[in-house]
Amino acid sequence: MSAPSFKGKLGRFAAITSIAALSLSGLAACSSGNSGSEEAGGTITYWASNQGSSISQDEKVLGESIKRFTDETGIKVELEVVPWADLYNRILTAVSSGEGPDVLNIGNTWASTLQASGAFVPWEGEAMEAVGGADKFVPAALATGGTVGEAPTSLPLYSMAYGLYYNTKMFEEAGIKEAPATWDEFLADAKKLTKDTDGDKNIDQYGFTLAGQRVANNAHAAFILGMQNGGELYTQDGKPDFTNDGVVAGVNDWVQLMGEEGVVSKSNAEINDGSVLPGELVDGNAAMFFDQAPGKSFKSADFKDYAMAPIPLKNADATGTEATKSLVAGINVSVFDNSDNKDAAIKFVNHLVSVDEQKKLNAAYTSLPSVTEAFDDPAFDTPESQAKKEILNDYAAPMPLFPSEGQMESLVGDAVGKLFARIAQGENVSEDDVRKALENAQKQMPAS
Amino acid sequence: MSAPAQTPPRTSEPVPSRSAARAIKRSSIKRDRFFPYALSAPAAFLELLIHIIPMLLGVWIAFLSLTQFSIANWVKAPFVGLQNFITALDPNGPIGSQFFDALGRTFIFTLLVVGIAWSLGIFAAVLLVSKFRSNGFFRTLFLVPYALPSYVTTIAWAFMFNQRDGMVNRFLVDDLGILDEGPFWLLGERSFFVMVVVAVWQFWPFAFLMLLAALQSIPNEVYEAASLDGASLWKQFTRITLPMIKHANVVLLLMLGLWVFNQFDIPYLLFGPVSPEESTLISPLIYQQSFNNWNFGVGGALSVVLLLALLVVSAFYIRLVMPKGKSIDD
Repeated sequence: MSAPSFKGKLGRFAAITSIAALSLSGLAACSSGNSGSEEAGGTITYWASNQGSSISQDEKVLGESIKRFTDETGIKVELEVVPWADLYNRILTAVSSGEGPDVLNIGNTWASTLQASGAFVPWEGEAMEAVGGADKFVPAALATGGTVGEAPTSLPLYSMAYGLYYNTKMFEEAGIKEAPATWDEFLADAKKLTKDTDGDKNIDQYGFTLAGQRVANNAHAAFILGMQNGGELYTQDGKPDFTNDGVVAGVNDWVQLMGEEGVVSKSNAEINDGSVLPGELVDGNAAMFFDQAPGKSFKSADFKDYAMAPIPLKNADATGTEATKSLVAGINVSVFDNSDNKDAAIKFVNHLVSVDEQKKLNAAYTSLPSVTEAFDDPAFDTPESQAKKEILNDYAAPMPLFPSEGQMESLVGDAVGKLFARIAQGENVSEDDVRKALENAQKQMPAS
Repeated sequence: MSAPAQTPPRTSEPVPSRSAARAIKRSSIKRDRFFPYALSAPAAFLELLIHIIPMLLGVWIAFLSLTQFSIANWVKAPFVGLQNFITALDPNGPIGSQFFDALGRTFIFTLLVVGIAWSLGIFAAVLLVSKFRSNGFFRTLFLVPYALPSYVTTIAWAFMFNQRDGMVNRFLVDDLGILDEGPFWLLGERSFFVMVVVAVWQFWPFAFLMLLAALQSIPNEVYEAASLDGASLWKQFTRITLPMIKHANVVLLLMLGLWVFNQFDIPYLLFGPVSPEESTLISPLIYQQSFNNWNFGVGGALSVVLLLALLVVSAFYIRLVMPKGKSIDD
């Protein structure tokens, strides 16, 4: 008699507790996203992009900066360094779920696309004053914060420009005295540097290296080389225009580096991570590449035989947009509109864009400050910084500031990546093929 | 411990008064009715929360124009009716043509992977069902791909198939000297082949495990009788083994088929966010539309079409091969 009753009781007890436990755990799961804000006189979360040579370097650099902030304000900051491959998706998930960090870094070319989501605090009025006002920023850098005519939803944090980085030792060996200034000189040098160094009849040193499947880099190349060829990716009123002659010629110049010109190893068609490119110079696999701030990677590899020059121009006497040598590249910082602790978040942004922090952080990341006072600091007067400043001041344009920029980068970059894949497999890709690929990309663009 | 009032009366026990007995019975019936629901409620609740509601939301999204303009407040995203379906299913449009290509490719991929994985599984299971020395060692060895996290193994495969430094090309070019130049395994047509290899490697141990369990339930006497009657090994396999594991097979093929058809991690880890044209499967295509191109409405429409297609195929399959009105074990 006692056994069944015990069983019955136990069974009921088990059922009821399990219902309670499961419902509670379900509810807990629903609300866990908001945790952390309650106890916070200040705890905020910060998603940083990977700027250093490794995530641990970022954690060290930013950890020190955060410590200075916490010591001063008492606000704690939980840092997460998000790799580039994940950052865009993480932001997107955060925007759609409303569960994100308080402060986050974005690639500045995404600024308009993310602005359109309305998920970020616009920097105007009190918020702008709280970080020192618009006048403190380098104007070209601030202009990347969002669409023209609207309050920016991101502030520039690190400024960068593309440059041509080259292995000085290889240049010397090939008898090249100075960096190429025009596209023709660049091709001639690249061909000279593409050779078989060990006599096994296989080319083992290439003039140039690129990441064929790295979508963003391909889109940036389409932008810069397109401009140099007289084409722009969007019409003035914001309609995608990928198939104009200028853009097609620019993309063609880019993909033929691997195709007709043969100065890029076909194995580069597989690379989808741009951070391996400095290693190609260090290892002697290639002599030149385009990049924004590889200094810290060279430093961590203890490699000094490199120099930087502006990206060569298609036409030596070009002026205006045809003299574009870079986009106004950089990393911006935004505050999530859903943040439970906006004041603390804005204070933290103010800390990041303060003159002292700008000097320290940009020195560590070999980028340029986006705050004028720090930008003019003698610490950023090295020849490379000087050259980058000149590029940013006179030869750089922001990526198109339209809400569909994000899609454009994905679709154009992907189309170019597929052209590289075809070339790598032995196919001859013509300018017509380039046009068709871009046409197909454009068809997938949302009407904007 | 004394029995509480709610305990169901047992026939062998002295019955209390009639009305009391009736009351007890009523409450016990009530409880018996409630009890199964109480037990299944947590599961139902979680099923609703984790599967059903998100699925319905996914269907709803397919009717919205959901882009970066509306994602932060997607409840208010504009309703566009069937527009997303028209875009997704227009065979002449850029998205529709990709969709139909991917659909056909995914079917072929599923047939190949399930076919090869099943064949390997049954082969190994038949070998290992009989007892011999080091049998346990092989069983464990064969389960390794299934036990390892697919992330780790797929990334290892991607390294192996890398054109310049990968082990496969090193072996083919430097060691064996069969080829002069290492081919690209992760670009172009070969990428499809690589995807099949990795998927088979990952899925066949599951087929092996299920089939081995099914084979172990066949009594040895049946085989003994058959061999006494002079049946060859092949005949024993086709006339005894296959029919007797039919039900396990039916379930196995359905599960494998659905898993492989919906495969996402293998292509994503091998090729990154954008698969090569020649090996874009359905799930990565939906991901590309949604997350690379910020077109969640079209991504949703593609998902709904996929869901319906799989539902129809599964329903036919179940009606066709599952035993009707009988227990699966008989």
